[in-house]
Amino acid sequence: MSDPTTLGIADALRLLADGEISAVELTRAHIERMEAGRALNAFITETPDLALAQAKESDTRRTRGEEGRLDGIPLGIKDLFCTEGVQTSAASAILKGFVPPYESTVTANLKAAGTVMLGKLNLDEFAMGSANVTSHFGPVENPWKRRSDKNAKLVPGGSSGGSAAAVASGLCMGATGTDTGGSIRQPASFCGIVGIKPTYGRCSRFGVVAFASSLDQPGPMARSVEDCALLLGAMAGHDSKDSTSAPMAVPDFTKALGGSVKGLKVGIPTEYRPDGLNAEVAAIWDRGVEWLKEAGAEPVSISLPATRYALPAYYIIAPAECSSNLARYDGVRFGLRVEGATLDDLYRETRAAGFGAEVRRRILIGTYVLSAGYYDAYYNKAQKVRRLIADDFARAFQNVDVILTPTAPSAAFGIGEKSDDPVTMWLNDIFTIPASLAGLPGLSLPAGLNQDGLPLGLQLIGRPFDEETVFRVAAAMEKAADFTAKPDLFAAGGA
Amino acid sequence: MTYLIEGETGEWELVIGLEVHAQVVSNAKLFSGAATRFGAEPNSQVSFIDAGFPGMLPVINRVCVEQAVRTGLGLKAKINLTSVFARKNYFYADLPQGYQISQYEQPIVGNGTLTIDLADGTSKVIGIERLHLEQDAGKSMHDQHPTRSYIDLNRSGVALMEIVSKPDLRSPEEAGAYIAKLRSILRYLGTCDGNMQEGSLRCDANVSVRPKGSDELRTRCEIKNVNSIRFVQQAIEYEARRHVEVYESGGTIDQETRLFDSSKGETRSMRSKEHAHDYRYFPDPDLLPLVLDPAMVEEIGRSLPELPDEKKDRFVHEYGLSAYDAGVLVAEQASADFFETVAKGRDSKLAANWVMGDFFGALNATGRTVEDPPVSAADLGALIDLIKDGTLSGRLAKDVFALMLETGKAPAVLVEEKGLRQVTDTSAIEAAIDQVMAANPDKVAEIKGGKDKLMGWFVGQVMKATQGKANPAMVNELLANKMKD
Repeated sequence: MSDPTTLGIADALRLLADGEISAVELTRAHIERMEAGRALNAFITETPDLALAQAKESDTRRTRGEEGRLDGIPLGIKDLFCTEGVQTSAASAILKGFVPPYESTVTANLKAAGTVMLGKLNLDEFAMGSANVTSHFGPVENPWKRRSDKNAKLVPGGSSGGSAAAVASGLCMGATGTDTGGSIRQPASFCGIVGIKPTYGRCSRFGVVAFASSLDQPGPMARSVEDCALLLGAMAGHDSKDSTSAPMAVPDFTKALGGSVKGLKVGIPTEYRPDGLNAEVAAIWDRGVEWLKEAGAEPVSISLPATRYALPAYYIIAPAECSSNLARYDGVRFGLRVEGATLDDLYRETRAAGFGAEVRRRILIGTYVLSAGYYDAYYNKAQKVRRLIADDFARAFQNVDVILTPTAPSAAFGIGEKSDDPVTMWLNDIFTIPASLAGLPGLSLPAGLNQDGLPLGLQLIGRPFDEETVFRVAAAMEKAADFTAKPDLFAAGGA
Repeated sequence: MTYLIEGETGEWELVIGLEVHAQVVSNAKLFSGAATRFGAEPNSQVSFIDAGFPGMLPVINRVCVEQAVRTGLGLKAKINLTSVFARKNYFYADLPQGYQISQYEQPIVGNGTLTIDLADGTSKVIGIERLHLEQDAGKSMHDQHPTRSYIDLNRSGVALMEIVSKPDLRSPEEAGAYIAKLRSILRYLGTCDGNMQEGSLRCDANVSVRPKGSDELRTRCEIKNVNSIRFVQQAIEYEARRHVEVYESGGTIDQETRLFDSSKGETRSMRSKEHAHDYRYFPDPDLLPLVLDPAMVEEIGRSLPELPDEKKDRFVHEYGLSAYDAGVLVAEQASADFFETVAKGRDSKLAANWVMGDFFGALNATGRTVEDPPVSAADLGALIDLIKDGTLSGRLAKDVFALMLETGKAPAVLVEEKGLRQVTDTSAIEAAIDQVMAANPDKVAEIKGGKDKLMGWFVGQVMKATQGKANPAMVNELLANKMKD
């Protein structure tokens, strides 16, 4: 049998069902990979003992015929999901050592499906970042290398950078991510894997450390469209503990795979091709259009005119919500506390010591835009822009079934690059933010490599709660793209 | 009657608006399932949501929403079918989330009215500006440790209704009557227990003054968290006089929040300008707009009890009570119900006198409540029946009532046991009169000589001779006849 860490989830489930491999064997192989891949810094907390215990239980369930639908599949969990009894840090000093006495709904759902947790994955602090360089636990390294410079350490994207790097290098079969403005899709693109941000409300936010509540959405990251469909099916579902969770049934997303895309109309937004768009990104986008044409779909040029206001609107709304959501990290009840002479001093000292520069920046921006006298000019205006963007999409979806765009404006860049000016970093999310503001499902899949050997992703955006069409088109494109390249570490794995 | 402050430059009128925070009667908190019982061990009724733990999310408690609608309907107010929860952001150690979830631009209840009853028998309609739902904060205790503060989060997240009046109140008396009536309505509705000592009902008063006859609105000061009607009245009076003094000495009033010090009877500034809060309100992204089903609102409307104003009107018309008596009886639903049980099929004025007189007196004396009365309504009714059928005189009835309090026995039983039946036998009374007259011939002579005042003395002697059981009216009549002989 081939190296278990190169398996897809669907294949692994078949082997487990046939008794070709046990959950313990599968888990042990991944624990070894996880240890071998430590240089990537993808995990903040490894939980091998817990994983093996869960794997044993999984094998027992399977012998009794009581297995869940993903029983025995070893996963990594972004360290933004609260996990009972296991440190949940949000990659922040302020939550270092915080062990929640409760479980997030998404990870509880995955547990109920029988999955095994290998550990907690690194991320940008409080999911704020696009390169996984803001983590208190250090940056994550992308397993992919430039052909031109094998020594340069590249970012995996962010904020779900640990998830993307771990999945890409076979440290886990799949991972949870969260996406606020592109935090699943952009790292998936940078690491050559598949990731989907579902429709806002599809997955519960209960137990997920909040960044921007009206935008945050958990989703899966894996090495194939099918694996993502399997994972999302287990993660999603209405949750009465999250008032913004949608009371909708969860379809079997895998049923959408392999379906024909003949006659489907695919929107190609002109606004996503600004002057100066990276030529290789533009080329891979054109190739994606061709694949869909060949499969019988019809590309349709569409206009989303409010797109250019999306980034500024996002960088008002998200910091506004974050400034309020992060007020609870005050040193009073949990996490870091730095004593002060007065209560105000305690707040100042604790928050200054506990939050990194990017988090502080966003709290300050958010506090400013919500202040008396500025609220209308910033927050209210940004909310109006948000409505315009949602209207743009709604209008477009009257004529098209899905929208195809690049995921990110570039391939992975070097650790330390784009760090001088925060706006340069924020531009990474220029193609992913509009769907976030509109609450729409967006999937990134690897479409090819650039000339320097780095993966580039394409994004599919769907109608609200129509992840099925997104998956159907993604599966067709995945087949056409035939993306088989692997990062160096993955290729070397299991040797 | 207009309440005015006599200043050196002339007369000043008060403009008062009240914000009442009423704790919603519900088993669970506004956004969590934690219990709300008063007086529990500190931090024993706290969920992770109330403590602001990472990843926790609020979920609205429908019962609290229904209670707010019920209260809104009781205040004859507009129910907003769509309302929005907003975050009020500020840092404090007993505010775990770093924000209070409240309603800001779109409250659940809009304009309504409340009629207050004043001592001179007049009524006045006071406008209600709005009612909104919000979370309570926890409690900071600064006196438990020399250098540290302790925090009790039991109250954190408990549902409050903030009920805001229009600035229609013009005197401390009106303010007191407003709180009393609001409290009465809330208790009728069962939406707030109205207990000011336990903090279930707290009041902020906005006070300003203006020269008599003016219709301007001058700068107001807000006096926070006053916990009794009497203190609210004292605080308003003090604050209004302070404003008059400041204006008359050429000064200006700054808009500010003040605290009432009940031991000194004065208000003082609470927050310095450096700490002026910018609450940065914005819609809570964790909660969808609150949308009410009109059918639910209608159903609550149909289930509303008869409220104090309607009940008072009915008592005046149905029982012929004075507006004042009716007002006293309807202030508490239990008193009104007690009265109606006593009055049913009986002389309603007599019933009202007994309930408001001896019965309320007995409640005060025994420390019992109408809900747990020392004498049941049925027994009190039976006592009145014994008066009406002549078995007991009014005076004997008071003795029987005292025995009822003492023994808990029914009045008829006591009358039999103690032989307290009124004597209406003419010959028995005449015998007693004759005996008293025979023993006091000199006084009889004086009466016959025209000294009528002594008649009272004779009545007393006869009553004494009959151990108080003689029918007083009959004693008077027979005595008068005898003296004419």
